Amino acid sequence: MLRTWRQRITLTDIVVWAIGVAIGAVIIIGTIATLRSGKYSANTWLDLTVKGLALGGVYALIAMGYTLVYGILRMINFAHSEVFMSGPFTAVFLANALSRSGFMDRQPLIGMLLVLALSIAVSMTIAVLLERIAYRPLRHAPRLVPLITAIGASFFLQYVFRGLYGSGFQAYAIPKVLQGSITIGGLRIFNTQIAVILGALGMMFALYAIVQWTKTGKAMRAVSEDKEAAALMGIDVDRIISLTFALGGISAGAAGILYALLFPVVNFIMGFIPGLKAFTAAVLGGIGNVPGAFLGAMILGLIESIGPNLFLDGLGVPTPSQLKDAIAFTILVFILIFRPTGILGERMAQSKA
Amino acid sequence: MHTKSISPWKEAVQAGLIAGAIAVLLNLVGMTTAFSGRYIVSGWFTMGQVLFLVPMFILAYTTARKIAPQPAMHTALAGLVCGVIGSAVQAGLVLLGQVVNLRAMFINASPQLFEILTFGRDLPGLLLLLLAGSIMGVVGAVIFLLPERLAKSVLQALLWILLLGLLRDLVSTVTAQWVIKTKAFPDWLGWAGVLITSLSTFINKTIYSASGLKPLSAIVLFLLVGAWAYWRYGRPKRARITGPLTRRQQTQRVLGLGGIALLFILLPSILGIFFAEILDNVGLYILMGLGLNIVVGFAGLLDLGYVAFYAIGAYAMGVLTSPELGFFNLTFWEALPFALLATVIAGVILGLPILKMRGDYLAIVTLGFGEIVRLLALSDWLRPWLGGTQGIQRIGQPTIGSIILDSQQDLYYLFLAAIGIVAFIAWRLKDSRIGRAWMAIREDEDVAMAMGINHVATKLLAFATGALFSGLAGTIFAAKLHSVYPHSMNFLVSINVLSLIIIGGMGSIPGVFVGAFVLIAAPDLLREFAEYRYLAYGALLVAMMLTRPEGLWPEERRRLELHEEEGEVPLGEPPPVLNTPGG
Repeated sequence: MLRTWRQRITLTDIVVWAIGVAIGAVIIIGTIATLRSGKYSANTWLDLTVKGLALGGVYALIAMGYTLVYGILRMINFAHSEVFMSGPFTAVFLANALSRSGFMDRQPLIGMLLVLALSIAVSMTIAVLLERIAYRPLRHAPRLVPLITAIGASFFLQYVFRGLYGSGFQAYAIPKVLQGSITIGGLRIFNTQIAVILGALGMMFALYAIVQWTKTGKAMRAVSEDKEAAALMGIDVDRIISLTFALGGISAGAAGILYALLFPVVNFIMGFIPGLKAFTAAVLGGIGNVPGAFLGAMILGLIESIGPNLFLDGLGVPTPSQLKDAIAFTILVFILIFRPTGILGERMAQSKA
Repeated sequence: MHTKSISPWKEAVQAGLIAGAIAVLLNLVGMTTAFSGRYIVSGWFTMGQVLFLVPMFILAYTTARKIAPQPAMHTALAGLVCGVIGSAVQAGLVLLGQVVNLRAMFINASPQLFEILTFGRDLPGLLLLLLAGSIMGVVGAVIFLLPERLAKSVLQALLWILLLGLLRDLVSTVTAQWVIKTKAFPDWLGWAGVLITSLSTFINKTIYSASGLKPLSAIVLFLLVGAWAYWRYGRPKRARITGPLTRRQQTQRVLGLGGIALLFILLPSILGIFFAEILDNVGLYILMGLGLNIVVGFAGLLDLGYVAFYAIGAYAMGVLTSPELGFFNLTFWEALPFALLATVIAGVILGLPILKMRGDYLAIVTLGFGEIVRLLALSDWLRPWLGGTQGIQRIGQPTIGSIILDSQQDLYYLFLAAIGIVAFIAWRLKDSRIGRAWMAIREDEDVAMAMGINHVATKLLAFATGALFSGLAGTIFAAKLHSVYPHSMNFLVSINVLSLIIIGGMGSIPGVFVGAFVLIAAPDLLREFAEYRYLAYGALLVAMMLTRPEGLWPEERRRLELHEEEGEVPLGEPPPVLNTPGG
């Protein structure tokens, strides 16, 4: 027994586990040191939690796009971060025009819905076109080929939008209703954060309902199980794949507007980092799994907002928030190493992982 | 097989709309305006005009191919429809621009753009636009009708005219500095000086005008290139070398390689000081490309964080040599082995945890790793060691004896030496046992493992070798700039390298050189192009994957593999052995 156990453990495993343990130790020591120093009050932590939840909501919506497409095509739509960018970067012009004319302050709800609709329409169009032009012809190509195509498409889209709208930052006009904050028991919550959390929850529920309870959703799940069998059952596979991309685009467009509420500046590279984070969230929750994407995104949002202060401050790292992205990517690397199926992911054959 | 019947008119209308959309996009991202100052044929047309008219040409050609066979008249008419619709869409853009202020949203929808689209004649110019578009459409369709040999020759001649016109500034700068160089020739070489001077005058005064080709020389060149291409396409294809080389072929090969080596040695002198900087850049990317080619091309491990090793090499060189930090104060040569060792260790450390990952996940993890390295270099936390946002200054420079290699030209030779060594290693590795193991892993990992290939050692070696080459590039880069900054270590470097090896041809060593010259030198040479560099890379990557996934200079085995179903494998040659689809 012992012999087989010792045979199965290779040098690689030892090194990987050693790195894992070292990082775990750093996190635990840092957390204890931070909490003992008492530098931050309970309110600060609550503040950061709300911030993390809002961020997590946005990541969840972007992650939907990765997870739906991965579930159906087993490919990472690397250009999804640009699908996310295209919506808000286009809608900023409408938002600012409405705000200049005063319409946004008179009718904030209608105004915001218009902006949201435009953002969703643009993101959806880009997602569907992307699938039609770049991915569909390559559906049976070796795996590396569509991935490289996706990377190319990502850069192409970034720089097309840069060419169209310019390389500068565009400030988003936020309606007056959403400026300001409310205070509950000494805890200050910004109105935008509430709007983002509510909006993300609503969108997530709607998407879940579509995938789970409608006929189209059923068809999508069937195609992701087995394309040939689904086709034999009379499902138009091409149409379902297009619809999946459209759904991913819709959630990315909505996520873009919510993101712009949290960070009211947009430009052409705004998609890259949130896209990577959302991908991390999707993998964390178990890629291909809708509730998993939500769970993973919330966890990632919380870790990102609380983590730097909690883990690193106690270790004496100056300005730990600079390292929040590094923390997120480290999480990504470690999930992929130790549990590539994620928290809720089904066991996949290794060839799929 | 059941073929769908295609309605030629529907196809033509569709093609016209697509052409119009592409052209409008090119107009709105500003490419038309940016290139409108660059004449291809002086006084006739500019690159900007080519950009907004060529989509109709290409789409008409492809439509003609799609709807064939059709009567000649129908094909020409389809081309006309495509051209008219394509230019009508653009005319619509101009009209819209008169009514609405498009510029509030699209920064490039400027009056200048509308002036270019109407050929400077206000709204009546739109008729000219329609005319030009329909001519392009008809010509595109008619070229398809020509016999294949003639059609190919015409297309090739057109491409050459375009290229020669675009490169006018380059050629004239280079030849101008030849003339200066001849002044230093000794007397006995006087005849050569006269020859070079008159050649330069001929090129600059007769062939080229102040911008672009002269009309007459354009026509002559068109006919010459066309005739040459026509003659070449008529020749039987050269037989592929199958058996061992004969003595004569061997000598030819050695002479060819020697010639190429001599050309590279003389290149800075031929091109002049101005191009040494560009050549250094190309050299840097060739070095990195050769490394990534091993990881992606040979072993099939898609690495998107390749910049990490480059950064580690550069930073290691900085930390070891910079007196500003004052840890070690080594010289360049003393520090080099340690810096390279650091990158190899980093390669193994990254390689270990991701051994089990494949394809997509691998790409994302390596991307994350690259970002982590950059963020750490940028952070205040590591500032005492790595300099934070300020980077590291006063990095040691390479010396030979008492000579400091600090001019661009000296560094070129350093790059050349490094490339020579690295290319030789890569070339020898490729056909070695380990090289074949890499390719086996690339084709099918499970089968490779079943055949007794140790996938741990094989993959780690690929990562370590790739890291080593990239680290070498990083150290020379640090020495070249005397400094490193975290901002120069971004994701775009990885994308540049990846694009160049993919466009050159994955797994192909000459492909790396071709890719580097095309992708790295071109944006530096055509300054209008620099702005659209990544747009073009992205489009090239997608187009390449859709139409020619094996690259410009493909590796033989991969070409066979990607085209196996097309039956391109010539008779009398054994079918490719490693042909299971990847994944």
